[in-house]
Amino acid sequence: MLRRRSLLTAATAAAFVPAAPAILRAADTTGVTDTEIRIGNTCPASGPASAYGTIGKADGATFRMANDMGGFAGRKINFISYDDAYSPPKTVEQIRRLVEQDKVACLFNTLGTPSNTAIVKYVNQKKVPHLFVSSGADKWGDYKEHPWTIGWQPSYVTESQIYAKYILAQKPDAKIGILYQNDDFGKDYLTGFRDVLKDRFGKIVTLASYEITDATIDSQLVTLQGAGIDVLMTVATPKFAAQTIRKVHDMNWKPMHVLTGVSVSVGAVMEPAGPDKAIGIVSSAYGKDPTDPRYANDPGMKEWRAFMAKYYPEGDVKDAGNVFAYGISLTMLQVLKQCGNDLSRENMMKQAANLRNLESPVLLPGIRINTSPTNFHPIRQLQLMRWNGKVWELFGDIIEGAST
Amino acid sequence: MQGVLHQILSGLATGGIYASLALALVMIYQATHHVNFAQGEMATLSTYIAYTMVTAGWSYWVSFIATVVVSFIMGVVVERVLMRPMTNAPVLALVGVFIGLLLIVNAMTGWIWDFTIKTFPSPFHSSTPLLGGFLSGHELGSTVVTLVMLLCIYLFFRHTSLGLAMRAAAYNPVSSRLVGVRVGWMLALGWGLAAAIGAIAGMMIAPIVFLDPNMMAGVLLYAFAGALLGGIENPLGAVIGGFAVGVIENLGGAYVVGTELKLTLALVIIVAVLMIKPSGLLGRTVMSRV
Repeated sequence: MLRRRSLLTAATAAAFVPAAPAILRAADTTGVTDTEIRIGNTCPASGPASAYGTIGKADGATFRMANDMGGFAGRKINFISYDDAYSPPKTVEQIRRLVEQDKVACLFNTLGTPSNTAIVKYVNQKKVPHLFVSSGADKWGDYKEHPWTIGWQPSYVTESQIYAKYILAQKPDAKIGILYQNDDFGKDYLTGFRDVLKDRFGKIVTLASYEITDATIDSQLVTLQGAGIDVLMTVATPKFAAQTIRKVHDMNWKPMHVLTGVSVSVGAVMEPAGPDKAIGIVSSAYGKDPTDPRYANDPGMKEWRAFMAKYYPEGDVKDAGNVFAYGISLTMLQVLKQCGNDLSRENMMKQAANLRNLESPVLLPGIRINTSPTNFHPIRQLQLMRWNGKVWELFGDIIEGAST
Repeated sequence: MQGVLHQILSGLATGGIYASLALALVMIYQATHHVNFAQGEMATLSTYIAYTMVTAGWSYWVSFIATVVVSFIMGVVVERVLMRPMTNAPVLALVGVFIGLLLIVNAMTGWIWDFTIKTFPSPFHSSTPLLGGFLSGHELGSTVVTLVMLLCIYLFFRHTSLGLAMRAAAYNPVSSRLVGVRVGWMLALGWGLAAAIGAIAGMMIAPIVFLDPNMMAGVLLYAFAGALLGGIENPLGAVIGGFAVGVIENLGGAYVVGTELKLTLALVIIVAVLMIKPSGLLGRTVMSRV
């Protein structure tokens, strides 16, 4: 009996020995070996949002480029990207697989507002860095609620605050109509307008929502026109934005028209809608448009084109998603660079929240990436632009949003 | 008052979209007594075929006719290859096939033609928008096309022996076979015709909503609602149902419940109608002796 107990004790002690150094080293370095850093990602390669699938591929291509350039502290990036079909339950399944089975060091650029909403609680419980999510929802900047999650692009709230201020400066007694998609994306814009207009919101704003299953938005526009508004703010995804531009023109209605930056693609919105029908529309940008002839000789875009030719030749060089992916992946590479030899999860998160005036070849000149332990909105600047029938003309200064 | 009129007009324009796809649903139901969930996606695929022909430089009407023919063949092939082996399978298995077809066709169109929205040409030009921009020349033209299709389907089923044979094959396959109707081919023909009607619907809808692989996802839902409201066995009922859904949805959304609940309102009305008259507004109650 006694003998058995001592054997058991010995066995237990032996079992604990290999783990001991890990306990001593407080930092969690899951996913980092002597030769590789595992980074996980989910992206819709199929399903309704598969147009965004190219972003995950371009992310992977950027990491291949980084590996060719020597990697980080002697390690290569192993980028594991799974298809979630833009379906939140699938995202949960794939993220669990990445965290528990593949044991990735961090998650990067997981795509979609609903998908990220579904996983944010889990990854924060697991304390896995959830870096630079692909979604403009404002909540990714909430460092108190989820300290392991950080966004990247300007949030929709920031953007709409800038529009609201611009509208008030142009038309102090504007009657504003907002056509919005009835989900988190659309409602973030209402929040931004409420922030700026405060108690005037109820008096001067008329709202009309649509569902993504609607065939057309004609009825909503008829309602808004009937309400006598003179500024139209359109918060719609590309298809409905193009429909709106065309319908407003066909109704011979000429409100001041502000359009969300989500739907300013020349190829996907302006051309299908009719470039002439959109003249005068105001929107905003933070990145460079790959179809804009102005950037034909831009050094930053030349760098991007060279990258596309070498690492992602099958990718579409007109697709803004590939520009976005390059910009966001370069930010990730900067974080790894700042980490140096300490690739623990804690340090990754610390460095992601410690970016200072980072410029990017694919962002508009003057726009800088800044983060701090109390600022999880890396890009907070935008520039307004106006459609002239051929290209978007930037005007005014780089504007910083109020939201922190 | 002008506002109401504008809402009704734009409701009719949207209703026309629902009505044209509802016709394809009626067709397949008449011919096979099944509701094909992939009908919308097949129509989208056909529209992409037309788009490819038009961008390759073919004239609109040549592409139009070629697309209708190709779609007809496509429908027949789908029936022969996919549905044939399922002849005696339970309904749930068929639903599985329909949904599989929906996913395959949707992913395929996205893969081949990518997901960026495309402009699809319209044969009905009007230099100035009609009725103050609330109805375009195309919307008027496509409504006429829908009505012509309706007339053709009506005449086909009522006044041709082939139409009669098709209805018989769907209604009572065993007896039909005994009187010499080739039931298998009637089903294939039904699929082909439904695909052809879907192709026309797609080509009429695309100029309004823009062409993209998910063009029909929302429309199919409303088309179902329209078809059920009017009676899924009755082409005229389905068309009226489609228009009615468009108008109810607009008026309800603008004046009664707000835009957030307009789809809900339309569906509630349909449920109410079906509770009182399960075969739809214009549907006949079928009684069979046992």
